[in-house]
Amino acid sequence: MISREEALDVYQQLRTIRSFEEKLDTMMKAGKMAGFLHLYVGQEAVAVGVCSHLNDRDYVSSNHRGHGHCIAKGVDLKGMMAELFGKKTGICKGKGGSMHIADLDRGMIGANGIVGAGIPQAVGAALTVSVKKTGGVAVAFFGDGATNQGQFHEALNIAATWKLPAVFILENNGYGEATPAEFAAPMTDLAVRAKSYAMHSLVADGMDFFDVFEKAGEAIDRARKGEGPSLVECKTYRFLGHFVGDPIGYRTDEELNDWKTNRDPLPTFETKAIEMGLVSADALRRIDAEVTAEIEAAVASAEEAPFPSPEDVLTDVYVTE
Amino acid sequence: MARTLSFTAALNEALHIAMEADDDVIIIGEDVAGGGGRKDQGIEDAWGGPFGATRGLIGKFGPERVRDTPISEMGFLGVAVGAAATGLRPVAEIMFIDFLGVALDPLLNQASKMRYMFGGKARVPLTMRTNVGAGNRASCQHSQALYGMTVAIPGLKTVIPSTPADAKGLLLASIRDDNPVVFCETKSLMNSEGEVPEGDYEIPLGTASVVREGGDVTLVGMGRTVHTALEAADALAEDGLQADVVDLRSLYPLDEATVLASLEKTGRLVVVDEATPYCGIASEIGALCIDKGFDFLNAPVKKVTAPHTPVPFSPVLEDEYMPSQEKIVAAVHEQLGWNT
Repeated sequence: MISREEALDVYQQLRTIRSFEEKLDTMMKAGKMAGFLHLYVGQEAVAVGVCSHLNDRDYVSSNHRGHGHCIAKGVDLKGMMAELFGKKTGICKGKGGSMHIADLDRGMIGANGIVGAGIPQAVGAALTVSVKKTGGVAVAFFGDGATNQGQFHEALNIAATWKLPAVFILENNGYGEATPAEFAAPMTDLAVRAKSYAMHSLVADGMDFFDVFEKAGEAIDRARKGEGPSLVECKTYRFLGHFVGDPIGYRTDEELNDWKTNRDPLPTFETKAIEMGLVSADALRRIDAEVTAEIEAAVASAEEAPFPSPEDVLTDVYVTE
Repeated sequence: MARTLSFTAALNEALHIAMEADDDVIIIGEDVAGGGGRKDQGIEDAWGGPFGATRGLIGKFGPERVRDTPISEMGFLGVAVGAAATGLRPVAEIMFIDFLGVALDPLLNQASKMRYMFGGKARVPLTMRTNVGAGNRASCQHSQALYGMTVAIPGLKTVIPSTPADAKGLLLASIRDDNPVVFCETKSLMNSEGEVPEGDYEIPLGTASVVREGGDVTLVGMGRTVHTALEAADALAEDGLQADVVDLRSLYPLDEATVLASLEKTGRLVVVDEATPYCGIASEIGALCIDKGFDFLNAPVKKVTAPHTPVPFSPVLEDEYMPSQEKIVAAVHEQLGWNT
């Protein structure tokens, strides 16, 4: 269970991810940003529930919908916002953009534009912490769509065979881009795929921070103790499209409204945390205001920041020193 | 002191030295131990890779650092990329470069781009050892010379030694390079022998070597075709023509200066490559000569490459497929007929 202080921190992160993504949605639609944006709204409890167990010696690999994982892993907001504006002050100097945010100092080894590609990389990070005996673990975040990729299966097999300290967080939001998950795989609980690799698996309510926190905690604890990898399927839902500009059409308003009205991870956390006596509504409203101010400041700072110089296109390809 | 070693033994020696010198160096790939390490069953060492280049490593460095993988090229190459980005220095073996067909993403979209995508903050010191080339009757899917593909990917370096001594020095330099390096080992050279210096030495990536000097024509080769070019140089010498033979050794970065200096001296250049003819190193050398060596040219640049076909099986067909001494000599004579 979490302390009162931790509960405020959890809410602060849930709110930061939500507000960050909603701000991006607004700015993209207003024509202020370029590129593809895959937003994480609706899935916040997964990133926060998992990363609450991690520290800087632990690694996380992410996917195209990576902003939430980055924020929960402690990547600097201003650096992220500047990156999304393609600015020189961006966390990747404007060279990566939304799908390639990384901060190796924070153990964030990269969002990824290729579905499934981050999964073996997390296994590689798990190999590093295992060989170097740092006591760390490595977590891969990916969606239901990625579980149909070869990289998922090959990586799980290797991690289980080598008994590495890896944790696989499967965010099943019901759709691989526009295609319903049941059109792409013949089972409801994708977690059963772990059985092929004799791997421990769990299913969590991905809309409930507390359930994710508990199940991910069990998996991470097992990994830290040298008991091998686990697959945790978090049942979740994305409230926005696959990307900003997605014409949708593949799901009903009733379905979306049901999730938003009854399962939204922010009110779900708030209600439970207040019931448990961990937080007060007033404290959360103060956090809302602080987060809004922090995001506005990040936007202002990103807007004012310089673009890279055209000649920067040539740098950072190779290590030259 | 130099001794005579096979190409495979020179690679093996380099791996021993690299692992001894740096605990972060690990070996992963199919059959790299080959089931070795089972001391309880009396199986301390087995295959050590299909050519034996990793033999003996598991006994010395243990199963933590020498890892047989499942037959999952995409999976273990991706694992190697993740390990490289987080502090290890993996040497991953893709048994035959043809197998990149099921393993390309970790190289194409991940290892090669991480440093750039992450604003210069990542280091990916991955060495991908792989076997290339024809001549062993291994047919269409185990004989290709696909390094032209990896050379075309920014962020990668690509190396191809032609002698045991270069194999050792280039492999040590590749492993210690902080960039991902594709290290190509030519199948038909694995049993070839040569003098190899003892001890730890590196040959800098991006340096070609002039392996024979002559003033009439430049023959540029890499891997096996360096030897074909040397045979052609012997044949040309019988006709009174002296060939300068350049071994590229490193395909990216490419030592343009050495190629151009030789061309300036000879005025004629034939590039010999066992890869297919389009969009490859041979074409690139041709473009280099036109772009930066135009004033030196006394005759058109000639490419002696494999034809635009898969690698056939039948010995008669495969021999026809390969660049040969005769084809090189014919190309040089064609150049000599050019009126300048």
